[in-house]
Amino acid sequence: MEQGTYLQGKYQLVEKKNLAKNTYDFTIAAKEMAELAEAGQFVHLRVEGFMLRRPISICEIDRSAGTLRIVFEVRGEGTKQLAKINEGEFVDVLGPLGRGFTLLPANQSVIAVGGGIGVPPMLETAKHYQKNATVIIGFRSANAVILNDDFKACGNDVMLCTDDGTMGAKGFVTQALHKRLMEGHADMIYACGPHAMLKGVVELANEFGVPCEVSLEERMGCGVGACLVCACKTVKNGEEYYAHVCKDGPVFPAEEVIFE
Amino acid sequence: MADLRVNIAGVELKNPVIPASGAFGFGREYEKLYPLSKLGGIATKGTTLNKKDGNPPPRIAETPNGMLNSVGLQNPGIEHFIQEELPHLKSCDTVVIANIAGATEEDCVEIARRLEPTDVDMIELNISCPNVKQGGAAFGVHCQSAAHITAAVRRATKKPLMVKLSPNVTNITEIARAVEAEGADAVSLINTLLGMRIDLKTRRPVLKNNVGGMSGPAVFPIAVRMVWQVANAVQIPVVGMGGISAWNDAVEMMMAGAAAVQIGAAIFQDPFAPLKVIDGLNRYCDENGIERISELTGTVKPW
Repeated sequence: MEQGTYLQGKYQLVEKKNLAKNTYDFTIAAKEMAELAEAGQFVHLRVEGFMLRRPISICEIDRSAGTLRIVFEVRGEGTKQLAKINEGEFVDVLGPLGRGFTLLPANQSVIAVGGGIGVPPMLETAKHYQKNATVIIGFRSANAVILNDDFKACGNDVMLCTDDGTMGAKGFVTQALHKRLMEGHADMIYACGPHAMLKGVVELANEFGVPCEVSLEERMGCGVGACLVCACKTVKNGEEYYAHVCKDGPVFPAEEVIFE
Repeated sequence: MADLRVNIAGVELKNPVIPASGAFGFGREYEKLYPLSKLGGIATKGTTLNKKDGNPPPRIAETPNGMLNSVGLQNPGIEHFIQEELPHLKSCDTVVIANIAGATEEDCVEIARRLEPTDVDMIELNISCPNVKQGGAAFGVHCQSAAHITAAVRRATKKPLMVKLSPNVTNITEIARAVEAEGADAVSLINTLLGMRIDLKTRRPVLKNNVGGMSGPAVFPIAVRMVWQVANAVQIPVVGMGGISAWNDAVEMMMAGAAAVQIGAAIFQDPFAPLKVIDGLNRYCDENGIERISELTGTVKPW
């Protein structure tokens, strides 16, 4: 299949769960998309009554069941409407889109860092490495914690942090990452989360000399690289330019991203 | 099966549906979903003389039934277009309409000169981009400057020349007449309407550029009105756009006076929108005993 192949169609929502307050877990039957999808890619969902599609990262790919799993947070009117779709109903999906994470051989030692709603795209990535992945996930509070058990079920070594200390270690993921990097070697760091978190993660990756890939977010239009609205400042070969999150990303090598 | 062919300034299109400039890149992304040969033509991403970075993000905001964008003409420059995009596009069996823009008149003339020896089918001169500080809409909001730049580009090219008009003017018919008088072979309208959204929490405009161009179904009635006014004011063909998302919108736009239509924002919602419009037009013609779609143009019966 040609690189960058994607599809569009209406796919059935086969399982819907409410993981935490305002956080929803959709399993969508989309066999052909599951075949094509890679860890770190996203799908672009049409929402009834809204002009623009909503980009949601892929949380898990089950090729044998032919399903894609997405986990999203209700942030505005569009995602609120999206969350109203019921099991058995159909969702208009465009995908899989974008460049995902670079997966190394599964015996390599990696660290996946996720903050808040940046945690879901880490699951498919960490699943690949099983016990060789340290997963560092951070949330505001215990009631916002999601996917903790899913990572454990993959055999990952999970370090859970909450800002207020109501579950796991009190503090930020960057503190846990520092601790983990002090303890031993890592071949790669993957990260997705708020801007400040990513910046901190990239600084630590540089300090310890570990390659790092980050997943970015920007207000998006077409989702496929045509309209050029989802610009993010990057640098390649010493030249600064606006890359596009939907097609050049959402995953970028950390050294290419300019954190402003 | 009706005859969907239309003729714009001597160029025959197999059907009257053209993805609008800026919404479709250079076609590569959508070619993964369907062959471009199904389209009447493609208006390519607005291209400037040199590569342009565009505006800082965020560059998009949602509005009721529409959107704002402030891309700011990010593009790889005319040489890249000629070398890397045009040869492929020309192999796709569709009409290639090169949308060009410049900060100065000299730039626009130079771009037209570079396109002259190529096999681009038509030039769409953008004098109406609301998102760049220099050039762009600055040319398109006054009759004199619109006329002047049209005359200059006209002298530089024998290719069919379509001028894309701004709706952000007091009287669009005057601008249309001015560019017609200077040799434009067609006009296309409307470009986006200048708009703004503000985030209540931060009191910041959603767009980093503060303002941006509005498109989508919300602007459709304005576009229909302007196409109707312009079609009644000029003799040259009018290509209508602005908020078309379904076949019935395209029929309405053609009745208002458009010889062909362009589709932009609707593609973001449904990448297949142009093909659905083509199918719908065909069905509409068959059901209504219309043999040639070109018969529809300007058939509105005003009160």
